[in-house]
Amino acid sequence: MNSETKKVLTAPLVNDNPITLQVLGICSALAVTSQMSTSLIMAVALTSVTACSSAAISSIRNHIPGSIRIIVQMTIIASLVIVVDQLLKAFAYDVSKQLSVFVGLIITNCIVMGRAEAYAMKNPPMASFMDGIGNGLGYSLILIIVAFFRELLGSGKLLGIEIFELTKDGGWYEPNGLMLLPPSAFFIIGIIIWSFRQWKPNQVEKPDFKILDIAHGEGGHH
Amino acid sequence: MPNENKKCKCMTKINERLDNCEHYQKFAKYRDQILALSNDSLEKTIAIALSLCFVCAILVSVSAVALKPLQIENKAMDMKKNILDVAGLLDDGANIHQAFADKIEAKLVDMETGNYVEDLDVDTYDQRKAAKNPAQNIIIPRTLDIASIKTKAKIAKVYLVKDGNNIKSIILPVHGYGLWSTMYGFLALEADGKTVQSINFYDQAETPGLGGEVVNPNWRALWAGKQVYAESGEVELKLIKGVVDTNKAGAEFQVDGLAGATLTSTGVSNLIKYWLGSEGFATYLAKITTAD
Repeated sequence: MNSETKKVLTAPLVNDNPITLQVLGICSALAVTSQMSTSLIMAVALTSVTACSSAAISSIRNHIPGSIRIIVQMTIIASLVIVVDQLLKAFAYDVSKQLSVFVGLIITNCIVMGRAEAYAMKNPPMASFMDGIGNGLGYSLILIIVAFFRELLGSGKLLGIEIFELTKDGGWYEPNGLMLLPPSAFFIIGIIIWSFRQWKPNQVEKPDFKILDIAHGEGGHH
Repeated sequence: MPNENKKCKCMTKINERLDNCEHYQKFAKYRDQILALSNDSLEKTIAIALSLCFVCAILVSVSAVALKPLQIENKAMDMKKNILDVAGLLDDGANIHQAFADKIEAKLVDMETGNYVEDLDVDTYDQRKAAKNPAQNIIIPRTLDIASIKTKAKIAKVYLVKDGNNIKSIILPVHGYGLWSTMYGFLALEADGKTVQSINFYDQAETPGLGGEVVNPNWRALWAGKQVYAESGEVELKLIKGVVDTNKAGAEFQVDGLAGATLTSTGVSNLIKYWLGSEGFATYLAKITTAD
């Protein structure tokens, strides 16, 4: 594997993670992460759509008219998402029932279009494919971390297998209902972003504004 | 050149064929002309848009058409599994189609009269579709619409579990609005038409872990043996807040509410009240239980 391929594959995992650094694709990260199984399928679906759409867009990038570029990207992405949805309905019916609308909503996932616009429009198909896989994996990593905590703390299970015995079944663990509601994903993603930035301080953005210290500033309401 | 050697033989054959074909040459000429145009020219923009739509349309329609039989099979299988499950007849590893054909009989019921409808094909009738079709549905007046479903099909599809000529249980399709979604399920009653055997929601999108616990087997087991109707004939069965005290009077009409899911629990109570009441299957149940 040459170094460029390795870079596009591994950079999006931590250093350039689409969720924690670019803060893209948050909506679906909230919606599907209450269980590990749905998160895993969603991760596979999104990774394959990002990779294939990036490759397809990249292969015709020199002929895409600038004025309809976004629509061309959307058409390709939407078609691939429909194909994925159809495949899930045919081969993984139970999962597709659980994911319901969220597979269709991959179309609006900012990661897919973000990579098409930022990378695939300027790079050859194979590299774009790898970039799609890499970013898909970066998304998957965060999705799985979030789902791990939400399912474990919210229902005492992992992948549907009981880990903590719940009080209602005579065990010791009182599940945290908040973990099952979408806002909890915000907290977990926030904590992940914070810990990534503690670990890699160069990810911290420079502040847009400096907050004035009122005590030493002019005027104020003393 | 190494690349030349790698090329598959059949590809070269196809290319040869294409090169000899007059139409393809014409097409290739136009294609090259268009591709040579500036990207921002009107002609190229239109040509790219049209050909992209064409390719994508083919991709989408091929996958939809090719996978349709599998999807229909999945759906039918899933429905049969749900019905066998609510009837308590689901064995792991058994052939679902066979078990369904052996033990369960589907019937169409006219919601208004409670009589069986014989002149429609029971296998192809889809109650959920009919509920949305103005020719086959009834708009429920708002004051009566406690399950918040707006319309219902004139004809319902019920399932009977038979033992010889005797009905063992009656499986009724029910649905109603919870917190986020319309919950679709089956309710199995014993042959007396008033004792619950089991309930099974097969299509819902309530909050996982809270309202979504309507699918939890432990909770579903609480329904067995509950009574639907009070002395007066009113539907008395409902979900209560907290856990049912079995020593108190009226416990046979109560099921534990779902913890942390008041609106889903209310939704379940409402849909039971609606579908087992006079707007729902009460007429039909009265008819088949007195006929015996």
